[in-house]
Amino acid sequence: MVEFLMPSLGADMEAGTLVEWLVKPGDRVKRGNIVAVVETQKGAIEIETFQAGQIENLLVDVNSKVPVGTPLALIRTEGEEGAAVAAPAPPVPTPVPVPTAPPTIAVPSPPPPPIGAPMPPPLVPAVAGRLPASPAARRLAAERGIDLSIITGSGPGGAIVYVDVERQFGAAPPPAEKRRAGWLDLAAMRTAIAAAMARSKRDIPHYYLEHQIDVTPCENWLAEKNAALPPDSRLLIGALALKAVALAIHRFPAFNGFYLDNKFEPSKAVNVGVAIAIRGGGLAAPALHDADQLSLHDLMSGMRDLVQRTRSGRIRSSEMSDPTITVSSLGERGVEALYGIIYPPQVAIVGFGKVVTRPWIVDGAIGPRSVVTMTLAGDHRVTDGHAGALFLAEIGKFLQEPEKL
Amino acid sequence: MTEIEIRKAMQDELGEIVKQELNNIAPEVDLATVDPAADLREAVDIDSMDFLNLVTALHHRTGIDIPETDYPKLVTVSGIVAYLGAKLQSAKA
Repeated sequence: MVEFLMPSLGADMEAGTLVEWLVKPGDRVKRGNIVAVVETQKGAIEIETFQAGQIENLLVDVNSKVPVGTPLALIRTEGEEGAAVAAPAPPVPTPVPVPTAPPTIAVPSPPPPPIGAPMPPPLVPAVAGRLPASPAARRLAAERGIDLSIITGSGPGGAIVYVDVERQFGAAPPPAEKRRAGWLDLAAMRTAIAAAMARSKRDIPHYYLEHQIDVTPCENWLAEKNAALPPDSRLLIGALALKAVALAIHRFPAFNGFYLDNKFEPSKAVNVGVAIAIRGGGLAAPALHDADQLSLHDLMSGMRDLVQRTRSGRIRSSEMSDPTITVSSLGERGVEALYGIIYPPQVAIVGFGKVVTRPWIVDGAIGPRSVVTMTLAGDHRVTDGHAGALFLAEIGKFLQEPEKL
Repeated sequence: MTEIEIRKAMQDELGEIVKQELNNIAPEVDLATVDPAADLREAVDIDSMDFLNLVTALHHRTGIDIPETDYPKLVTVSGIVAYLGAKLQSAKA
């Protein structure tokens, strides 16, 4: 028997509120199945299990707020014959004390259908013997003492969503300020960002490097490639940048992993955190798993899916806790360089500024070229500027030959 | 309907499609307050990923092929409507 624990979804999380169980005792689960929804300062997160087996018991009730590391359920693993032996719980990173804002629900209409991206898992799986309803709907109904069975659902598969409960009681729609899909609470997210960044600046001795590279080869290659592709399949330069960082890690593994308990543990997997800005002022950097192994096409689809789900507040637990390095791109607007703050327990963040046209010397002649400023913030407890410089230069080299990415 | 009325009806419909798709991408923005002549990147905080999603959605809704080289014509709501309208007209001709 193993315990399924309230996971730590980042260094800044100390507790989470279980808002929905997606399994019941007796259900079989496979590694990677989503078993519960937990509300955190970063929004509602779908929690996956890493243990296959059969759900023995649910230990925590819906709407309970419990600390990281609290057993949520017991899972009987394959082959166990009912012998109740508790396996050692996986280590949980020491939580940092963080002022927790009370969880609030911003809005909860179902997120718009993703465009050209793989469908996220259904919001509301039908659980036998239970009315399908979204976590937010359940919560609102509970707050107002409403019986869900009197409500007709308008969500997927007839599921009851927040607006159905609202309609039932003629509640006023939430103010425009908070009107967004999913359960993103930007104020709580700001508190979480502040705590993580304050910890980073306190604990991590950052060093900074920058390097300008000519990305004209990337632009030419993309223009040619995208001309023959429908919009769903087109690539953005951000996908090339992400792949170049992921590949450069192969020669520079000291920038990929976690610094925990006074030592660095490199990660074999290259799970690149993609910094995603949220309109209205928010930021999250969920992981794109095994980015070094993905084709550019798959990497691009993965990025589109991740951005869409992050902005609608549907990130999975492994995506929150897994990034081994972060990449932050300013995109086409903004300024030429950004100096990132490392997200602990990671040890590096690579930044890409916007692409600008600059005079540049190629083969002895000056001409206009598309130039990007890359930056690296590294952790001096693990690496030095010398290694950092070689790492950045390696990324730049990969971007000179986009066809090999 | 006269030719002008037909054109007006088409423009209205295209305008509605563009608004709907923008609303899917930025549900928290009140599009009624967005100037049709404003740069969407500024007015709606659209980034390159959002823009690609918008182009993808418009392609699916209208069947119009929108090559990357035409992106500079798609900076504003009115620009997008005019572009799609012209493409539909030339397809009919």
